Amino acid sequence: MEALREVGFTLAAGETVALIGANGAGKSTLLRTIAGLHRPSNGSVRLDGREITTLPAHARVARGVVLVPEGRRLFASLTLEENLLIGATRARAGSWNVDRVIELFPWMADRRSRPTVHLSGGEQQAVAIGRALMANPRVLLLDELSLGLAPALVKRLYDILPQLLAEGVSILLVEQDVTQALRVSDYAHCLLEGRITLSGRPSELTPAHVEAAYFGLVARPAGAG
Amino acid sequence: MQWVNAVVQGILLGGLYALFACGLSLMFGVMRVVNLAHGDFAVLAAYLALAVITGLHVPVLWSAVIVAPLFAAVGYTVQRFIIQRSLDVSPLTTLLVTFGLSIVLQNAMLEAFSADSHSLPSGSLAAGSFQLTPQLSVGHLSLIVFGVAVVVIAALQLFLSRAPLGRQIRAAADDQEAAGIVGADVRHVFGIAAAIAFATVALAGIAFGSYSSFDPGAGPQRLIFAFEAVVIGGIGSLWGTLLGGIILGVAQAVGAQVDSGFGVLAGHLVFLAVLALRPSGLFRGRLT
Repeated sequence: MEALREVGFTLAAGETVALIGANGAGKSTLLRTIAGLHRPSNGSVRLDGREITTLPAHARVARGVVLVPEGRRLFASLTLEENLLIGATRARAGSWNVDRVIELFPWMADRRSRPTVHLSGGEQQAVAIGRALMANPRVLLLDELSLGLAPALVKRLYDILPQLLAEGVSILLVEQDVTQALRVSDYAHCLLEGRITLSGRPSELTPAHVEAAYFGLVARPAGAG
Repeated sequence: MQWVNAVVQGILLGGLYALFACGLSLMFGVMRVVNLAHGDFAVLAAYLALAVITGLHVPVLWSAVIVAPLFAAVGYTVQRFIIQRSLDVSPLTTLLVTFGLSIVLQNAMLEAFSADSHSLPSGSLAAGSFQLTPQLSVGHLSLIVFGVAVVVIAALQLFLSRAPLGRQIRAAADDQEAAGIVGADVRHVFGIAAAIAFATVALAGIAFGSYSSFDPGAGPQRLIFAFEAVVIGGIGSLWGTLLGGIILGVAQAVGAQVDSGFGVLAGHLVFLAVLALRPSGLFRGRLT
């Protein structure tokens, strides 16, 4: 099945780009393709202009392309600290380590040697973000950070993004919560049935535009692509 | 006193079963692979040890130093090039492939070594024993094998819980795709797990060959005992596997004490009882 067609965009250093769209629009597939979990039947994924389309996920981590997967996917047999440490399996050189992650999420200090299964959804999401940071990413891919979490919690998680951007990390996020996505991103693309139907800076996108692109009510407006 | 003796011998025999079983437990716990050729690889290790002993004129313990690393390499290769490919298709294919491997190995060994039974020349090890009381003595060999089993399981446990590679093995066992996301090369990690499992198979095969005689068809019986130890102890739990081996060994020894023909059957009955009453085994673990 073809989930994506004619999708093309770029992500610059230190920039946050949001992919929004309804369920089944192909957002997650796109993110997973960039992370190396799906191989596209054609087309290419490039990093710094260099082709990485055929690299498996673990090799992309070494290049700094790191995914925070939908549903968190923490390791049940590992403690919280081990879940963070395993994120450094192919870490690039950089400043992230367990202590810095704990500085970002101080509640982790008391629970570092406990399993993660008893943590709340928001706490698990924080561990998943911390695990990705341990690899010292250049491109952080965030898949549905808000899934199953209270809005206040989601806001708190998204509020750490500026810190990361200041260090030159680029962020590509997939989000169903459009308001949240537009709030934190520099640029947004709306996906519908595997195509980008609307692109622009959040300030330029009117709610009517987004709604139309989201549900495919009108043809793409001028300048979209 | 004979009963005490039976229990003590059974515990020591349990060490051998645990040594057989820990590789099986690891392969299943990590890759969800039931390696039906497990026993046949152990017999192959015994033959290789015999070749090393007669060819290089070294004692049995030294043959393990050569055969175990060799088997680790065999394990990595078999995993990467045979088992992984079948895993990519379906779990059932893996079962068929290891079953096929078992048959190929048995026939290849029959061709190469004939159907004659052999045993490893363990010399004074097999004969020597500690006399604890006038009625109770423990053989040097069975004590060494038990010690090796405990050390192997403890080392494996420590490696899995502490070493970064052990952590990757546990992570890959939990969620293969997520392990890839965090940067683990899952195929390589599985290869390492198989290498470790095969090294323990080599030790088990050499221990078995020192205990008793072996022939090319001896593998499946070994596989059954290893399975029983794993299931009794609880799949995925290494200390559980040791306990499972001991329970099986004691059941067999005590059964044999009741009637010399009842030993193996007693072991099977205990296994069936555990399977009926506690299907998940005595210990539940996730490789910890």
